[in-house]
Parts: sequence; structure tokens; C-alpha cells
Amino acid sequence: MNNEELKQKINTLTDKAEFSEEGSEFLNVIIPPEALHSLASSLKFDNDTKFDFLFCLSGVDWITHLMTVYHLTSTELKHTLVLKVKIHDRENPEVDTVCDLWRTAEFHEREVYDLFGIKFRNHPDLRRILLDDDWKGFPLRKDYKDEVNIVEF
Amino acid sequence: MEDLLNKAETQEYFINMGPQHPSTHGVLRLMLTLDGEIIKKVEPHLGYIHRSIEKMSEKDSYYQMVHLTDRMDYLSCHINNEAVCLAIEKGLQLEIPDRVKYIRTIISELTRLSSHQLWWGVMGMDLGAITTFLYGFRDREMITDIFEETCGARLTMNYNVPGGLMFDIHPNFQKRTKDFIKHFKKKLPEYDELLSGNIIFTERTKDIGYLSKEDAISYGVTGPSGRGSGFACDVRKRIPYSAYDKVEFKEIIYTEGDSFARYKVRMDEMKESLYIIEQLIDNIPEGDFKAKTKAVIKLPDGEYYQRVETARGELGVYIISDNKKNPYRVKYRSPGFSNLSALDTMARGGKIADLVAMMSTLDLVIPDIDR
Repeated sequence: MNNEELKQKINTLTDKAEFSEEGSEFLNVIIPPEALHSLASSLKFDNDTKFDFLFCLSGVDWITHLMTVYHLTSTELKHTLVLKVKIHDRENPEVDTVCDLWRTAEFHEREVYDLFGIKFRNHPDLRRILLDDDWKGFPLRKDYKDEVNIVEF
Repeated sequence: MEDLLNKAETQEYFINMGPQHPSTHGVLRLMLTLDGEIIKKVEPHLGYIHRSIEKMSEKDSYYQMVHLTDRMDYLSCHINNEAVCLAIEKGLQLEIPDRVKYIRTIISELTRLSSHQLWWGVMGMDLGAITTFLYGFRDREMITDIFEETCGARLTMNYNVPGGLMFDIHPNFQKRTKDFIKHFKKKLPEYDELLSGNIIFTERTKDIGYLSKEDAISYGVTGPSGRGSGFACDVRKRIPYSAYDKVEFKEIIYTEGDSFARYKVRMDEMKESLYIIEQLIDNIPEGDFKAKTKAVIKLPDGEYYQRVETARGELGVYIISDNKKNPYRVKYRSPGFSNLSALDTMARGGKIADLVAMMSTLDLVIPDIDR
């Protein structure tokens, strides 16, 4: 499917999606957290889309909001899509897990939780993965301050 | 006796494998739940050498951030550098001279070869064959010597810069590379003789550590480990970069999904790498070794994603730029991180002694996982 067809398809699956192709080589679909799981599962299982390979899952801190980014591709149909979830609540950011759909998400979500503090609902084992369990704060957030370990130039 | 065994109750227990275990090839700790010697669960604990390269890159200029990537997967350092440079060049919409593309591809393949040689030597040693280690390092030495002459370093080469290469190839480069190909073509059958047909080796790898194609895709297991399960994931074929669209080579795929299939993929890949280098080495076009770039690079607003095939699988570089001299956010999707997550599925129900072989065939490099 090309980007236009993908857009139409996604519009039939959810009415909460915004699209953008500016400044990116892929089609970007921006959705609120509550729409993520149902859209992701349709994208995976629908015969027209078949997004079976989650090749990158990352978090971004945009200061006004947090974002989780899912790079998806289909090994069979060869199209690629980027799902972006905007999370406005910085104090208690929460989004549904997708590790029941793509099992690679289990480690990647733990990493995002570790470095951004975004919680993933229904994740089987949500713990810090790279940092120590008693680490304070979330280092990749833009407002993170660590006077001991980070030397500012 | 039979009766007694049936009545006997067994108890599950835990064992820590690592962080200082020779077969983890680095500091990785696996918490094993065992019933006798049968593995019930493998729980990796990582982060012992986490340096937060992503956070450091946010403070660095685009020229500086390239050099941190050497320290991720140090056995594919040139390919990591290349990935970042390609992402930056994509952002700048920079036209790269053909000469650079050819040289990058040749050195990438040499890097892949040296990585596979080291993997082969160490894999044999993990299973108790010390000779392989000596063979592997003997032949790898020739490649590191070529690197030393051309790039000035043997392991973390820092040869790529955004726009091209640090400096042109050494006048001896082509001759030495051809000498190496001639030498290694004779040695590869020896490798096969020593391990591939070895009865002890095959008994310990065949039908062990099975990973299905569906699981490989779901876990994002890429590279030789994914291709051993029949997942056609070679980035060089799917989304060709540098000079890979100008060469012929086969994507090696085995469908068995066991440790032996993953082993065979790497063995065959070495032949393909030699073939790729042979096609390019005499045809390096004349021209500049670097495109002109500004002293301070600023990428336009937006995000750039570049995928390359390292010796371990798909490396993704995700750069978000806000038009400043350093990136807003950098994410490295490292192949080892995803490959490791499948270890639990592969190992369950297997024996603890086979876990060593499974980890070897996943070819884990710990700094690549921890970043």
C-alpha cells in the first residue's frame, strides 16, 4: 500500500488519527494514547496492512508532551509506517503496552520506561532495564538534572 | 529404582550465569530458573556497561556523535559509523562521491568478515575447541593490519565522517585486500573441516535453540540470527545503501531455525562478503574521498531514520533535529538488544550446557546491547 491508501485505511480504523509526512521519509500517524492498542492490533492483523515487524520503539521528550514512536513495517507487503503517541500528562504518563502484539516491545518498552518514565499498562514485567533499580529520575527527559554524573561544558 | 525416580520430587532453583562468565563475552548476567539441568526460564539482566550514548549524543555536534558509535558494537564499528553518517547525509541531502560509497562498502564487508572470524573462533572455544580461536584470530589479524594501515586504528577505526571519509585509502590497500582474499579463500574450507562437519559440534548445535520464523519477526531478531530462522531481513538487499545496489550477492537464508542454521548463515555470509569485495576492489572510481561539508552541521527540522546491516543485524539510527548544531534526540536501535530478547524463548526446555551454544550463535556483543 502507498501512503495515500494507508491513510484511507487508517481513517476507517480510527477517527482520532492525524497525519503528517513533513520532515520524515515515512508516513507519520499521530494518535492519542487511548487509541493506540486497538489501532496497533488492527494494523497487525488486518490483511491489507499486516504490520508484523516493529523495528524500532523509542521515546521522545518534547517538553510540552512526551511521545512514544513505533516504527512498523510489513515483511510481506513491504510498506512502512510510523505511529506516534502523544502523551500530555508528564506527571503520570501512561500508555498501553503493545508487547502482546510484537514481543520485541517487551524489552524496548522497559527501556523507554527506564529512560523516560512512561508507564506501559499491562506490561508483564515493567522494571528498569539499563539503569539500577534505585536510580532516581529519568535521564533522557529534557528537564533531568544530575550534577554528579553529567559534566556540563 | 524406576519407582523411586517417579516418586522423587524435584525443586526449581536459580543460578546466576555471569556477569563474569567467560561465555557471555562481556558483562551480561543471566538469571536461570532450572529444574535439574533443564532450563525453565532465562532472565537477562543488562546495563552493566550502559553509558547512555544517546544522552551524550544530544550534547555533541554531528561530527562528534559519530565517534561514540564505535563503542557500541565494537566489532562492526565501521558499519555503525557509516549508519550515522548516512543519516546525517540524508538530512543534509548531500551527494556523496562514488569513490566514498565503494570504499565504505569494501571496508564494511571487511569489518563483517573480521567480526565473523572472531565469532567463529570464539564459538568453537565456547564449545571446547581451542584451535578455532587461534585460526580465527590468525586470519583476522590480516584484516586488522589492513585497517591499521588505511584508517590508523585496528578496532575503533573512526574512518567515516559526515560527507565521506577521514582520508583516502592507503596505496597498499587494494593489494593487501586482494592478498587477504586469496589467503582466506584457502582457509575457509579449513574452517568447515574443523567445525561444520565435526560430529561433536553438530550434535551440540543441530535441533537445539529453535526459533521459529514468526517468533524471529515478532522479537525483531535480525541479521544472521534472524536469517537462520528463514526471516529475509538483510537490509543490504531490502533497502540498499552505499554501493550495495551495484554488486551481486546472495541473501543467505536457512529455515531450520536451530543453532546450526545460524552458524551456517554466518559461514556462507563470509563467502558472499569475499565475493562483494572482489567485485568492488578493482573498480574503485577516482574522485574525492569527501564531499564538502560546513564546519558546523545543522540538520533541517525533521527526523531521519537510517538502517544498515551490521555483522549482528539491523542497526537503526533515528535522529530528530530541531535545526541546532546538536541533535534533539538520537535513538540507536541496536541489533543485539532485540536479538537477546529472544533468548528466553529459544532456551526454554533446553539443557543448560546448550545455552552456551545458543548465546554463541546469537553472537552477542554486550556494549551493543547496553549502549
